[in-house]
Amino acid sequence: MLTIKNLQAKVEEKDILKGLNLEVKPGEIHAIMGPNGAGKSTLGNVLSGREGYSVTGGEVLFNGKDILELDAEERAREGLFLAFQYPVEIPGVSNLEFLKASMDAIRQHRGEDAMDSMTFLKLAREKCKAVNLDQNFLKRGVNEGFSGGEKKRNEILQMMMLEPKLCILDETDSGLDIDALQVVAEGVNSQRGPDRSFIIVTHYQRLLDYIVPDFVHVLADGKIVKSGGKELALELEEKGYSWIENGEA
Amino acid sequence: MSQEVEKYIKSEYEAGFVTDIDAETLPPGLNEDVVRFISNKKGEPAWLLEWRLKAFRIWQEMEEPSWAHVHYPEIDFQAISYFSAPKSMEDKPQSLDEVDPELLRTYEKLGIPLHEQAVLAGVANVAVDIVFDSVSVATTFREKLAESGVIFMPISEAVHKHPELIKKYLGSVVPQKDNYYAALNCAVFSDGSFVYIPKGVRCPMELSTYFRINEQNTGQFERTLIIADEGSHVSYLEGCTAPMRDENQLHAAVVELVVLDDAEIKYSTVQNWYPGDAQGKGGIYNFVTKRAVAHTNAKISWTQVETGSAVTWKYPSCILKGDNAIGEFYSVALTNNYQQADTGTKMIHLGKNTKSTIISKGISAGKSQNAYRGLVRMNPSAAGARNFTQCDSLLIGDKCGAHTFPYIESKHPSAVIEHEATTSTVSDDQLFLCQQRGIDPEKAVSMIVNGFCKEVFKELPMEFAVEAGKLLEVSLEGSVG
Repeated sequence: MLTIKNLQAKVEEKDILKGLNLEVKPGEIHAIMGPNGAGKSTLGNVLSGREGYSVTGGEVLFNGKDILELDAEERAREGLFLAFQYPVEIPGVSNLEFLKASMDAIRQHRGEDAMDSMTFLKLAREKCKAVNLDQNFLKRGVNEGFSGGEKKRNEILQMMMLEPKLCILDETDSGLDIDALQVVAEGVNSQRGPDRSFIIVTHYQRLLDYIVPDFVHVLADGKIVKSGGKELALELEEKGYSWIENGEA
Repeated sequence: MSQEVEKYIKSEYEAGFVTDIDAETLPPGLNEDVVRFISNKKGEPAWLLEWRLKAFRIWQEMEEPSWAHVHYPEIDFQAISYFSAPKSMEDKPQSLDEVDPELLRTYEKLGIPLHEQAVLAGVANVAVDIVFDSVSVATTFREKLAESGVIFMPISEAVHKHPELIKKYLGSVVPQKDNYYAALNCAVFSDGSFVYIPKGVRCPMELSTYFRINEQNTGQFERTLIIADEGSHVSYLEGCTAPMRDENQLHAAVVELVVLDDAEIKYSTVQNWYPGDAQGKGGIYNFVTKRAVAHTNAKISWTQVETGSAVTWKYPSCILKGDNAIGEFYSVALTNNYQQADTGTKMIHLGKNTKSTIISKGISAGKSQNAYRGLVRMNPSAAGARNFTQCDSLLIGDKCGAHTFPYIESKHPSAVIEHEATTSTVSDDQLFLCQQRGIDPEKAVSMIVNGFCKEVFKELPMEFAVEAGKLLEVSLEGSVG
């Protein structure tokens, strides 16, 4: 699914990723944990092709394709989805219109016909229900006036609609209360499948109580310094990141 | 911000072709003889010539206004030609079949249906008057409109066929001395559309005029007069385009609307004059005076989508004269590259319980400057009058400017005036969200801008709303990163 080899990246002349390796197979859930400033968010941004992040070395293969050559929208159409830490508002553009444009672009890329409006609307309503958002949210501007929790649930709604192959959740748990956290986790769990992989970037172990990962990696100073099973997250929670950073591990 | 955003605004002006047509064009220059020539050319009655000459003398005494937030080199009014007509119009065609096919092709290229059968068979229920440089070349559906008593014809023709209406209403809303460009227009106006809707008649179709400047170094000075008699209703659309030329060209039009008791006029404009190139060379100076008088219980609604012109100076206004009259102004003004716009409205409340609404959306991209200027005046007679103004600016990139100049004068204690204003930007984060969902950035910008303009677009007639959306898309091309 995803192979990252020796990835190095810069933001504003500062080296952030310094030789990161990661292999994600279909159906797997990988959690990436690490202290602030380790490069966790940078990883998601680099993989999804955001401007301002320059790759200085290494290779990223997504389903065998070198995606570093592709524009952000092309990577998205290939099935790479990033759930944002801070989803922005787009006033005046309705959620429905946004989702339709998004879905049309992705389906067109796959060589499928655009979904007819009725089927689309039905699906959108269904997914709204699944993430516990009122249907009126579909008519509202994208994230316009949404609470923090509503914005995150809206991200999951988009994920469910677009059915990506690889989902990167960038600190989706930040700022969520326990109820919203559960809704988000249920959404993710319902999307688990043999052909869909997840990279869950998080600072805290808390989210991993609800979304159980197959692997946990610790990212520090731009590299993966330790990998393990789900129990690694608990160990980190107990001992703190300094345990890793001080090289005691 | 944002190279990302800027990359996607680079406009290709689609209407920029020149039509190769034999034209009769006056040499540049302006004096009383030119005014006489134009009047004579139209075979006008003596009173109209006198009216023009009076305007010309007033204009000579006036100074070009300098208060608008626009900058351009001084205009040499002696370097402009004040009359140009396709030669084939010398013996006026009696029907569309006799119109020079080259002319018809011009409009076909612009996507404007002129053949009535085509219109009937097609999508739109629209009668069209076509003004090419200084003359009206064709007006469709006149017979059908006449069945319900609606008069729709070039104003030069109405001068002969309906002199009583022209004499009564010409200059009644925008008098000769109104302002510099209006005075100039009164002196040298060449053609334009005339509409009269009789008492109690609901005009059976949309009326539309398309203005096209073709000839080089000519000014266009058209005059539109619409009279909606008591209890009548009409929806009128106007569209404008011009070829790409390196020189600036002057367009100084006047539009007068008379809305009598219980009548309603809905006036929509899609203005897409040539805006100049990416370096700010060429383009139309669009200095236009548009005003309506609304009598008792009458309603006037201006909707404008302004994407063209190098410099725009335009304030479609409402004089709410009668009690309970309603005035509305919905505007989208988009500027890109080096375009400048100073546009807005005036709502003059005279009658009791008059109401006005102003929704203005300004979008600035490139190195352009976009100003909203609006006056809301509640006169001492305007008891219970109300106004609501909403004025939003959207900035694309960091080299453009948005400005708001609201003027509010309330002389009646019971008048209520509300004013809301916002400024926002198309951010890299918004664009990235769209891209991350598979939407390409051009489409994303146009979606964001269209979302911003939604309140205004819903006021446009169907076909125009689609056209306006597309126009924004074209005008914004290359405006991002």
